Amino acid sequence: MISRRNALNTLAAAALAAGVGIGAVPAKAAEDTIKVGVLHSLSGTMAISETTLKDSVLMMIDNLNKEGGLLGKKVEAVVVDPASNWPLFAEKARELIQVNKVDVVFGCWTSVSRKSVLPVFEELNGMLFYPVQYEGEESSRNVFYTGAAPNQQAIPAVEYLMSEDGGGAKRFVLLGTDYVYPRTTNKILRAFLHTKGIADADIMEEYTPFGHSDWQTIVANVKKFASQGIKTAVVSTINGDANVPFYKELGNQGIKAEDIPVVAFSVGEEELAGLDTTPLVGHLGAWNYFMSVDAPENDTFIKAWHAFIKDEKRVTNDPMEATYIGFKMWTQAVKQAGTTDVDAVRQAMYGQKVKNLTGGMAVMNANHHLSKPVLIGEIQEDGQFDVVWQTEGEVVGDAWSDFIPESAALTADWTYPWVCGNCKKPAFTN
Amino acid sequence: MLRRLLLPLLLLFASPAFADQTAELLEGLKAKSYAAKIAVVEKLAASGDARVVAPLTAMLNGRLHIRKSDGLIVVLEKKDGKRRFLNALTGEPLGPAKSRSSKKIRVNNRLRGVLRGALGSLTLFSTDPAQRLNAAQSMFKSAGADSLPALAKAYLNETNDGVREALARTLAAARLRHGTDEEKLAAAHILADYPDRGVRDLLAKTAQTAKGDLLVAVKQADASIEQRLAFFDILQNLFQGLSLGSVLLLAAIGLAITFGVMGVINMAHGEMVMLGAYTTHVVQVVMQQYYPGAITQSLLLSIPAAFLIAGLFGVFLERSVIRFLYGRPLETLLATWGLSLMLQQFVRSIFGPTNREVIAPSWMSGAIEITGGLVLTNNRICIIIFAVLVFLVLTLLIRYTDFGLRMRAVTQNRAMADAVGIRSSWVDALTFGLGSGVAGLAGVALSQIDNVSPNLGQGYIIDSFLVVVFGGVGNLWGTLVGALSLGMANKFLEPYAGAVLGKILILVLVILFIQKRPRGLFALKGRAAEA
Repeated sequence: MISRRNALNTLAAAALAAGVGIGAVPAKAAEDTIKVGVLHSLSGTMAISETTLKDSVLMMIDNLNKEGGLLGKKVEAVVVDPASNWPLFAEKARELIQVNKVDVVFGCWTSVSRKSVLPVFEELNGMLFYPVQYEGEESSRNVFYTGAAPNQQAIPAVEYLMSEDGGGAKRFVLLGTDYVYPRTTNKILRAFLHTKGIADADIMEEYTPFGHSDWQTIVANVKKFASQGIKTAVVSTINGDANVPFYKELGNQGIKAEDIPVVAFSVGEEELAGLDTTPLVGHLGAWNYFMSVDAPENDTFIKAWHAFIKDEKRVTNDPMEATYIGFKMWTQAVKQAGTTDVDAVRQAMYGQKVKNLTGGMAVMNANHHLSKPVLIGEIQEDGQFDVVWQTEGEVVGDAWSDFIPESAALTADWTYPWVCGNCKKPAFTN
Repeated sequence: MLRRLLLPLLLLFASPAFADQTAELLEGLKAKSYAAKIAVVEKLAASGDARVVAPLTAMLNGRLHIRKSDGLIVVLEKKDGKRRFLNALTGEPLGPAKSRSSKKIRVNNRLRGVLRGALGSLTLFSTDPAQRLNAAQSMFKSAGADSLPALAKAYLNETNDGVREALARTLAAARLRHGTDEEKLAAAHILADYPDRGVRDLLAKTAQTAKGDLLVAVKQADASIEQRLAFFDILQNLFQGLSLGSVLLLAAIGLAITFGVMGVINMAHGEMVMLGAYTTHVVQVVMQQYYPGAITQSLLLSIPAAFLIAGLFGVFLERSVIRFLYGRPLETLLATWGLSLMLQQFVRSIFGPTNREVIAPSWMSGAIEITGGLVLTNNRICIIIFAVLVFLVLTLLIRYTDFGLRMRAVTQNRAMADAVGIRSSWVDALTFGLGSGVAGLAGVALSQIDNVSPNLGQGYIIDSFLVVVFGGVGNLWGTLVGALSLGMANKFLEPYAGAVLGKILILVLVILFIQKRPRGLFALKGRAAEA
């Protein structure tokens, strides 16, 4: 309990500190450091995934400062905790931009949180780097999407399942958590499957609440659905905590990957870390990066991560790579622009190239999405993924899916003459 | 280089008949494409050389590697934390293996299926019945036309009943696919006696191309299996409802004591469950250090440990916070809610935000197949039994022990209990501790089916309150019936309404029920109810 006197003291100290701040070095302090906002949940449901990304940004900033900072200034992280509370994300974003005057923000995981901060970034002309695979159908002037769009993850994964190597599946179960990302992704997938001649009768779609823990009925239903004489595969957009009981139930009910493979879009090394993966060997994940990829850049990154986090057992995952690429691109763009001014940096971002961690090259396109390779990996006993298929080169991220009629005609291009995130014709025409 | 030349030579001496050929074939596994590897595996299986079992098994388990130094195909063996290479064909040790000194021969699902089938055909005549059973089962999907005679021979020679049954099923499946027309018809009739999903799948597949008599027979078999499966589905649903009910019971029974008997709205109840789950994790980690492999023992040990830790923590909470708030439900609610957030963050800063692994003992993973169509998972069975035990012990404790008597006395009439010399404040603390301890026990069970993460408890708190309110406050039997009926209702609604709508429906039903009977299923009557 804080006594009244203590409270007064604290107040006085705060006022003093504030006074000193205003009196002594007001403008200079702001100029001496470049501020980077970190908007990831450190408590609540999403803390399991997002804390790692906060640490990744801190590691990148640490390394940058060791190399002498940016534009001759030190880089400083401003970390806030939106606590897995979607409206709080918007408040914290506003606080970062208006109060802390950050030059750029790295943050958000779930699509709901991104949708919640979007109006804030657009109103205040901020810059957000969003590092997670998502459902697409969006391109904001103020957001750079460094995770995968559906054509860089979901579509290739399903194509693989339908290929001979993937088992030639002709019947699909679309399982997801009930919110915007799975619903939109499954809408795109359904439209895509229709173009491949798969009827609605061969598609089963099921949604569960966040944190669903009793998967008995659904897994039994999947088994039933899969025993109709047609090769069946499961596409999972189950998010967060619900994955562990889902995979446990799969293993216990004896569903083998050879019979009914499950490809997941939200399960990476980090999610498997708390799980005995022996019964899951062969189930699939589709990402743009796996920790197991044999590339010198990846080895360096893993080493740096282990040194920073001081734990040899910690894994790396795809959103970490996306954060890494986003941060590198931003520093390059700032150097090129010679300033951290949002508009100047944005112009410098287009066409910016960074070596990705799988031995290829990431390019920022005019639609604010990256070019990325697509990798399909099978889960191994040690909780890592083994790549069984990958695209020849990098795939350009597509903001608006070609498989949804109303978005097929839309274009996202933030360079002249388009300058638009969702238009049918350029905003500037002669 | 020398070794590369020597190896075939050595093998030639070892088994002159087909050594050369097998070793040469094995080299083909270095191919990049999966199609090429599949072709090689099929050839290896057809060679009939018994020594290929070892490399193929290793390949299936991802242990077949290519040594980087000389390109030799070796088996990587991991034993007691040590890694060494073995000769793929002879199993002769080739010295310790450094990490990254070899490259794994990659397998995918398709290749794994082929490998299982190939191994099946090679081990069909093994002396070990378990291996033969495995072989029979893994050949069900893959057996080709050329394995028909071998299967028939194995079936005739088989003496073990279980293996014979599995062989009959596999043989019928193989004949349905590759046999003569008469064999196909007979196979369809035989398969009708195996009501499981695998057979159902095969019949549906056959029906797509079959004509005439065969189509009729397949359809008939399919219909009879479907009918029996529908019956099994009901049993399966019952089991699932029972299982969900037992999980709810475990989660709620501690609350039935703290909320039901004491009237404390304890929002931190879920966090007591979480503490129990983390205790299980810690006990396991510590035990692994001293007695590696003692997984069953560590799980058994975590039962009293979780009870004690959560219980002591409960007593501590009661003494430090809750006792000042008796009779002020709103403040209790807010204070315990705050406590629950603090506990979550506390655990998160100690153990980190990521999930912690609790390894399940082998007897708890997997499932019992009553028949192919009715699968009861072991961990769920264990939890049902555990829940019943906890419930019984608790009921007996409250009914027949001295402490139980005091507890009932205090909750029924505090003033009178004080008057006859019961230290009611201590009884309060112990009762709260008991409720928390039981929540800790729930944590041990939940660690087997759910995440061990700081959010574990949150997912159960609403359900627990629902159960206690529905069952009737202050009554353990009410909690039992409440938990089971909510579990059953949920599982019978879910297939029709979906998981999300199912949950909503349950909530609506409980609200309507409470409107009709505000005191729940089993209301306390008499003076205690008014207190």
